[in-house]
Amino acid sequence: MLNQYETVFIMTPVLSDDQMKEAVEKFRGILREKGAEIVHEENWGLKKLAYPIQKKSTGFYHLLEYRAEGEIINDLEIAYKRDERILRFLTVKLDKHAIAYNEKKRAAKKSKKVEEVKAETAE
Amino acid sequence: MANSSEIKYLTPIAVDVKKKKYCRFKKAGIKYIDYKDADFLLKFVNEQGKILPRRITGTSTKYQKKVSQAIKRARHLALMPYVADLLK
Repeated sequence: MLNQYETVFIMTPVLSDDQMKEAVEKFRGILREKGAEIVHEENWGLKKLAYPIQKKSTGFYHLLEYRAEGEIINDLEIAYKRDERILRFLTVKLDKHAIAYNEKKRAAKKSKKVEEVKAETAE
Repeated sequence: MANSSEIKYLTPIAVDVKKKKYCRFKKAGIKYIDYKDADFLLKFVNEQGKILPRRITGTSTKYQKKVSQAIKRARHLALMPYVADLLK
């Protein structure tokens, strides 16, 4: 059964930009290797945490949305746990309402972007 | 004493007309509650960061479960605090 999942993870703020990208690429690679199809990706950048985790008050947030077999999640979570750069992660299986909601959100963002581009070209 | 039924008040007594509570998710047709949207979830916690009961927010059982699940996920990802004071 192919399900749609979504993982949000927080990386330590001590990483440089390149190191962060490399960490993200690692998990992207794991997904690809296991035959998952990445649907969407979002980088929220450096955000303030609501409470300190491992004595750190900020972290890089990243979101991956993908379609995959249920069996790979276990391996993926182990990889997250073993990685010292990861402060927190959360994987959620998306139901049909969640998928619809995410798609709508993405579409809204896209149309907004298109409008911005249009406004810029009009100027 | 005899005219007790004819007491006149200087100001009309405030009679509370109770506004019926409703479930905002049912009314607006919201099916999925996003745990990443911390600003929205802030409406369902008090200033200490505790989840408000159904009896106050008017949310239906079905959606209260989803709200609490979303808040708990948001807390795990440090998008919302587990404990706080003066959150609002």
